[in-house]
Amino acid sequence: MSASGPRLQPTLFELSKPGRGGDKIPHAPKGALDRLPAEHRRAHPPGLPELNEPDVVRHYVNLSQLNHAVDTGFYPLGSCTMKWNPKVNEWAARLPGFAQLHPMAPDDVAQGTLQLLWELEQMLIEISGMRAVTLQPAAGAHGELTGVLMIRAYHEARGDTGRTDVLVPDSAHGTNPATATMAGLRTVSIKAAADGGIDLDAFRAALSPTTAAVMITNPSTMGLFESRVGELIEAVHAVGALAYMDGANLNAILGRFKPGEAGFDVMHINTHKTFSTPHGGGGPGAGPVAVGDKLAPYLPAPRVVREADGSFRLERVGERPTSIGRMRSFVGSTGVLVRAYAYLRTHGASGLAEITDDAVLAANYLKSLLAASGVYDIPFPGVCKHEFIASATSIKKQTGVRTLDIAKRLLDHGFHAPTVYFPLTVDEAMLIEPTETESIETLDAFANALVEIAREAATDPETIKTAPHTAAVRRLDEAGAARNPNLRWRPAVGDWTPCPD
Amino acid sequence: MVPADLRYTKDHEWVRVDGDTATIGVTDFAANQLGDVVFVDLPSVGKSVDQFATFGVVESVKAVSDLYAPLSGEVVEVNGDLGGAPELVNSDPFGGGWMIRVRVSDAAQVDGLLDAAAYERLTSEA
Repeated sequence: MSASGPRLQPTLFELSKPGRGGDKIPHAPKGALDRLPAEHRRAHPPGLPELNEPDVVRHYVNLSQLNHAVDTGFYPLGSCTMKWNPKVNEWAARLPGFAQLHPMAPDDVAQGTLQLLWELEQMLIEISGMRAVTLQPAAGAHGELTGVLMIRAYHEARGDTGRTDVLVPDSAHGTNPATATMAGLRTVSIKAAADGGIDLDAFRAALSPTTAAVMITNPSTMGLFESRVGELIEAVHAVGALAYMDGANLNAILGRFKPGEAGFDVMHINTHKTFSTPHGGGGPGAGPVAVGDKLAPYLPAPRVVREADGSFRLERVGERPTSIGRMRSFVGSTGVLVRAYAYLRTHGASGLAEITDDAVLAANYLKSLLAASGVYDIPFPGVCKHEFIASATSIKKQTGVRTLDIAKRLLDHGFHAPTVYFPLTVDEAMLIEPTETESIETLDAFANALVEIAREAATDPETIKTAPHTAAVRRLDEAGAARNPNLRWRPAVGDWTPCPD
Repeated sequence: MVPADLRYTKDHEWVRVDGDTATIGVTDFAANQLGDVVFVDLPSVGKSVDQFATFGVVESVKAVSDLYAPLSGEVVEVNGDLGGAPELVNSDPFGGGWMIRVRVSDAAQVDGLLDAAAYERLTSEA
């Protein structure tokens, strides 16, 4: 079934007309297919749609206008750091020397890219306070897995094979327990203290000789800096375990707190959050991992090596036998890494600290506006880092309007919703992260919209419960979509559209 | 409000003990908190479950949550209806939304569970 409605439109396959369109797939040179076994050759040409250029361009431009994106409006999705993606990043990534380099190019023709990757590693080492970095992982969660696999290799190399547990606070991102499970370890959940931090006594009690690692997000998913981080890490090391720092909230601490210097052994970095690379399209992403001395021998191979003469090369196969091996093909998502590099060079060290200060200022400004409005609950009052939690618990009790309804109604005001129902430890949670790239006028307008919706909840709850009213599609049946997923478009019978010869 | 003949855990599972067989599910409070349930992952018949350890996973549009066994025992029956109709957990949590039946290995464990009144107090404070 295809999308429908006035602003939605048919797929390219449905718009296709036989023979329309200028460019054809070129024929393979004579004899090029001779060595392909017959059973691997197509019996029919592929069923590609046939359209002219204006129809194709209009199709995609119209589809893009259905999206809410950082290019179209405020996107305060907590924990996701939806900051502006500067266009200069795109310029850098499209430079032909980077964009057109063959992934199998020999080192001597890839010197520019190798140098960029090496320099990016050095900058991330400085930012993290760690000793070495791998750029290979393709996303944050992939970086987590890389980090925990290195921790496992570290324990195993020491003959310390009884360590099966990974301690994770109950406010953590779901990727933390998933990572532990993927790495063959067991997750032990730790309850939060009343102030939103980690309960030090519960934490100490859970540590044991079977603890392999502890995963801590700092600042936490409550937007609060973990002030007991020094004691926590000391306790971790005292039982022989390693401390993993989830770097999801790195935007709150750039130039102000270095996890490596605080004693963390490993952390991942989400370039799409902190370093302004695109979130969209499901990838490719990049999740570099920074490690201290203990884990450096286990970094994925191949690493970029800088020779004494200033040239660069990739490690050779088997050069570093302690490595956990490859985590991804080639050297990582280089197009994304070029964008992160461009961002870092644009801002420099002092600029990065300013980014963090402004991100924290913006979050506290918005938090104080909502606290002053008196209509939303603020479970953790006081100063926050780069994000904060508001809750619609009181609104729900008084009017029946839930956080989900408010999130949908925000779309009618031109704003994307904050993250809702996360962290799971707070009822009717909204996790709001404005980032440093929004103006005070935008922050004011967003706060006004939230307060207006709360007023509307008292006078006209039905309008909110049936929102959105102005979006391309109305309230979606999320449960129905999950229970009966319809994942693939299929042509109607007899609708096959072959490529013309 | 909750059935008086059931016992409860603080993690919002209920258990109905009938001889040496116990039927286990989640409460209406849990179902409300979860929101629309879209998938329930249950152990197969013959597996053993331990009291207060996870025996399965329930997935809603909001979150994925562990299920905790109120009692230890061996799984003797699994509610196959939940595969095609996970919404039974929301619409009929104490009836058609039941999850597993176990042969109870230690009947004394029941004494460590909440009765209906104690469970009501727990959820009214939440």
